[in-house]
Amino acid sequence: MADLKTSFAGIESPNPFWLASGPPTNTYGQVAKAFDQGWGGAVWKTIGDPIINVFSRYGSVDLGATRMMGLNNIELISDRPIADNLKEIAEVKRNYPTHAIIASLMVESKRETWHEIVKQTQDTGADGIELNFGCPHGMSERGMGSAVGQVPDYTCQIVEWVKEVATIPVIVKLTPNVTDITYIARAAVKGGADALSLINTINSIVSVDLDTFAPAPSVGGKSSHGGYCGPAVKPIALHLVSAVAKDPQVQIPISGIGGISTWRDAAEFVTLGAGTLQVCTAVMHYGFRIVEDLIDGLSNWMDERGHRTLADVRGRALPNVTKWEELDLNYHLLARIDQDTCIKCELCWTACEDGAHQAIRRLPRDNGGPVVEIIEEACVGCNLCAAVCPVQGCITMEPVPNDFAPVTWKEYAAGKGKLAPRSEQFHTATWSKSR
Amino acid sequence: MADFDFADIAPPLTPDYALLEANKCLFCYDAPCTIACPTHIDVPAFIKKIATGNLRGSARVILEPNPFGHSCARACPVEVLCEGACVLNDRDEQPIKIALLQRHATDYVLERKLKLFQAGKATGKKVAVVGAGPAGLACARDLRRWGHAVTVFDAKPRPGGLNTYGIAEYKLKADVALAEVQDILDLGVELKLGIMVRSLEPLLEEYDAVFVGIGLGKTKKLGIPGEDLDGVVDALTFIEHLKTHPYHETRVGKRVLVIGAGNTAIDAVTQAKRLGAEQSTIVYRRGEDDMPCYDYEYELAKRDGCAFRFDALPKRVVGSGRVTGLEVETPQGTEAIPCDMVIVAIGQGARTGLVVPQGNPKVFVGGDCANGGAEIVNAAAEGVAGAKQIHQRLTHG
Repeated sequence: MADLKTSFAGIESPNPFWLASGPPTNTYGQVAKAFDQGWGGAVWKTIGDPIINVFSRYGSVDLGATRMMGLNNIELISDRPIADNLKEIAEVKRNYPTHAIIASLMVESKRETWHEIVKQTQDTGADGIELNFGCPHGMSERGMGSAVGQVPDYTCQIVEWVKEVATIPVIVKLTPNVTDITYIARAAVKGGADALSLINTINSIVSVDLDTFAPAPSVGGKSSHGGYCGPAVKPIALHLVSAVAKDPQVQIPISGIGGISTWRDAAEFVTLGAGTLQVCTAVMHYGFRIVEDLIDGLSNWMDERGHRTLADVRGRALPNVTKWEELDLNYHLLARIDQDTCIKCELCWTACEDGAHQAIRRLPRDNGGPVVEIIEEACVGCNLCAAVCPVQGCITMEPVPNDFAPVTWKEYAAGKGKLAPRSEQFHTATWSKSR
Repeated sequence: MADFDFADIAPPLTPDYALLEANKCLFCYDAPCTIACPTHIDVPAFIKKIATGNLRGSARVILEPNPFGHSCARACPVEVLCEGACVLNDRDEQPIKIALLQRHATDYVLERKLKLFQAGKATGKKVAVVGAGPAGLACARDLRRWGHAVTVFDAKPRPGGLNTYGIAEYKLKADVALAEVQDILDLGVELKLGIMVRSLEPLLEEYDAVFVGIGLGKTKKLGIPGEDLDGVVDALTFIEHLKTHPYHETRVGKRVLVIGAGNTAIDAVTQAKRLGAEQSTIVYRRGEDDMPCYDYEYELAKRDGCAFRFDALPKRVVGSGRVTGLEVETPQGTEAIPCDMVIVAIGQGARTGLVVPQGNPKVFVGGDCANGGAEIVNAAAEGVAGAKQIHQRLTHG
């Protein structure tokens, strides 16, 4: 069986699945239960001067009949006394010595205050510290959270203060609410961060009640922008993780966060460079028990593919994330419809006709034969028909070999290479009119 | 008193189920379900509207082409129409529950008495509609929307035709049928009940056009000895009694034989069983595969514990005064099946007593009397088509 043991910036854990800092890691009881069920680590809900929360804290987004494909929150950091949190962290560490226990911290931007909390935290025996420079709501209004993480100089400065006294690894948690996350990542590295974690939640208003005009989550009819998370944010997180992982000026371990709900999500983060995987929303939806399939699915996939350790797959997709100008313009695809499995819904037709390149022909239903067929000379291989087709494997995108050598835009724009004849060339005004 | 089970055989969807089911619909283009519907309801459009929480809009998509969209949702043979055409059948899955979704949307407007349609500006034209069944009232609704005055005549004390009097109780109850009818009448349709129209002549003089939707006549006679014995009843009379009286007032035997194997025969045999018959049996002169009823109706009767006698040709109803048995001819010879009630369900004959003039440009026909007997949805489609033709004639001569 695949070896999922993880060593992340010097922090050991039995597997890469950590609970992200949030409501599931608020107490000893929760974290101990999670470890009993198989979680490899936990980042404690952010500790700082205890706050007072509002009632009504989460806003959910459904997709059709699927509940909570996205979630936002306006909950602040821990409302429990610092001493209580630290005492429970120490207790967890004592009872679960082989699991990773990380303290997430957020205090006001004063050197002494940071020194004090870091020292107190280290006394608990915690394996590491995560600096919460990401929360976009509430705390940012008080000059903390994303207010720090959005300014490279502040980020660097506080990491430096922390590192002055830190004896355990320091992870800096990044906010996605910036124009280019790599600048913040570099600032953290400059300050001496041992690792990064990303992404924190995304600024959002999830919905508006059309009867009361109250945004959600409604606090007596009013709301504030909150941090968006859950399955909906995964693609954004994957991109930002890859951007940071590819940056030659960063090159420190990355803990991936953002919509991880399944082992597939987890594996994708690993291939883009994540060393550990933090999960929160999926646990808030389905409970700690989901870790069983996270581990089982990831192990089975690794076993089937012959990957022995996570190091074998970590970052494997990174070389394939390139600039657009490096993509091969002579790699041609053509959609193929398997008429034997086609159920004749014509979704591919309407999608292609109205939303893409008018490359599917519709045939009369009463013929008894196929109702859709690809117009090969017009198909640009965009994938849309395959994306909307409700039958798995019915529409496939097949490479069309040609005799032309690969040529990128970079080369072509520089006058090098030759373009193979392209279907797009049929999309002339005359061609369109002839239809 | 016995506890009768005439609850809906297809109970309504909960809002959660409706949302789940609506989101399962693929939203096909040029959808086969829509093509399969005789009124061509844009099924994917109304289902999408359920998914977005626009139930009023959804109901409008249903009721615009089919004024009887609500009763159709309960009584349509969807297995051979929209649901039978659903592309999910080709993915070896259950089709979308179109009928139940259609009911979900139409229930919403019916329960709230939302008015989706308004009468048009008066044109001064007058149309007589003979027959207040689905065909006649579908025609009346659209004529009112276009502003023509409409008077509907019907021989029965209540409107709705077979929707009110003839659909199996567990599919459509009279009060629901009447509520649907009321929605149409509220557009300003003048209703004259208890009037048997015997000639179109006076109507043709008074009105600019006449639509005839009088349905079919009485159940055909068996033409065998003994069929006038006490205890022999025709299926429509039996069902009508059940639907217009408290359940315990409809007499049913202990051993009931239903002659015929169409959908009405299934209605009769199941309703008899549910009224308390110990044995309720279909007697059919041909074989199982020859039964004219829909497959799912056959399944329904089997689920209700009804019995079937195939290849049994009724020759004589036995009894002195009251029926005591039915003599049938089988491949094995003649046999007397004991019973205390016989329900005849071998189809309706044409209606007699009203001659519809052929080739009169002011006369339009639709529904069972025109198509020989079909579904509510066919009647609605023909009523709507009739209204369109009449409107065309009245406005463009």
